[in-house]
Amino acid sequence: MEKIDVRGLSCPLPVIKVKKAIDNGAVEVQVLGNSNVSRENVSKLLNSQGFSLDLTRSDHEGWELEARKNQ
Amino acid sequence: MKQNWFILLTGVIIGVIAVVLVKEGNPGNMGFCIACFERDIAGAIGLHRAGVVQYMRPEIIGLVLGALLTAMFAGEFKSRGGSSTLVRFIMGVFMMIGALVFLGCPLRDVLRMAGGDYNAVVGFIGFVCGVASGVFFLKKGFNLGRAEVSHSHVGGLLLPLIMVFFLFLLLKGTVFNPEVGGPLFFSKEGPGSMAAPIALSLGAGILVGLLAQRTRLCLSGGLRDLFLIRDAHLLMGFIGIFLGAVVMNVVFGFFKPGFEGQPIAHTMQVWNFLGLYLVGITATLLGGCPLRQLILSGEGDMDAAAVVFGMIVGAALAHNFLFAASPAGVATYGQVACVVGILLMGWLGWSYREE
Repeated sequence: MEKIDVRGLSCPLPVIKVKKAIDNGAVEVQVLGNSNVSRENVSKLLNSQGFSLDLTRSDHEGWELEARKNQ
Repeated sequence: MKQNWFILLTGVIIGVIAVVLVKEGNPGNMGFCIACFERDIAGAIGLHRAGVVQYMRPEIIGLVLGALLTAMFAGEFKSRGGSSTLVRFIMGVFMMIGALVFLGCPLRDVLRMAGGDYNAVVGFIGFVCGVASGVFFLKKGFNLGRAEVSHSHVGGLLLPLIMVFFLFLLLKGTVFNPEVGGPLFFSKEGPGSMAAPIALSLGAGILVGLLAQRTRLCLSGGLRDLFLIRDAHLLMGFIGIFLGAVVMNVVFGFFKPGFEGQPIAHTMQVWNFLGLYLVGITATLLGGCPLRQLILSGEGDMDAAAVVFGMIVGAALAHNFLFAASPAGVATYGQVACVVGILLMGWLGWSYREE
């Protein structure tokens, strides 16, 4: 599973980094971030690309999600 | 889909409020203008001597405080910074210079188009091209680096506290310096003397700050997302503002289509184009338009606060060095500064690629 750390990156870099991974063929990604905006944007992108999401952690420190491409 | 309606409606509300502010005294097609109002604030605290554009605009104070309160309630207030702060400050300076060459930020560009100002359409095309150029660098790997979350909230509260202090000065009317009149200077004529009542302007700012914080409204972001990921969500806010403002302009009889005689605008189309081109590319590289930078400042983003201060300083420089346009057009030095700004953004855009 490819791990992508988007903590502290300003818009739209979190989305670009995740998109780059998908475009390179990743079917399973783990994303780590620390703002609600980046979580919303990254989730939206993954949903639109046919991934199912699992938010594994979300607290005031940040969030972590795992996504798998639907077969 | 539901979210698209929410941001569209938010846009419509902002458009309506903007025209009501004009009706109540703000300058023409300038219900809101982040760049113009920060410029007026720069004048109000004596950073420049352009007597016609000095006022402590309560809209700006309200936007920051509205975003601050909303972010706190939503648990999104986080003091953070350290992503090439000085570079962002300088980019803020040039974003303001671009805006003052055009005579408005992207938000005012939409409001000007909604008032029938065709010069603003030329500016809009420049803005679109600027955003597209910024997207080019983003695709190449442009990155100003990570911001760190601070272990203290104080840093993120500094800009909002300064806004509270400005509000105090405005309401209290204290004079430190009886001979010249500081701490605040107010225009007796010109755009700086035209203003809606303080309570209305402040309330409008707070409400729009709240809405913009919730919807993440961003004018450069709208076009950027369309180019980058074919997502029109943020763009809906843009369209909403235009629709709300057009309707109200027609209702109040403010809608006057044409190039000539538009309020606080010039007809030098090359510079309308290049001014907003500079704003578009800078905003895209910074991650948000001037409005978004203000909202982020209210959420504790110290890098965005550096952009806001950069814009205020940029406004002072622009008026002291005669870079800023007037209804007569853009003087030579303003043209040079605008081109220098575009070259600088190209240089930064290329230099800050990762890998």
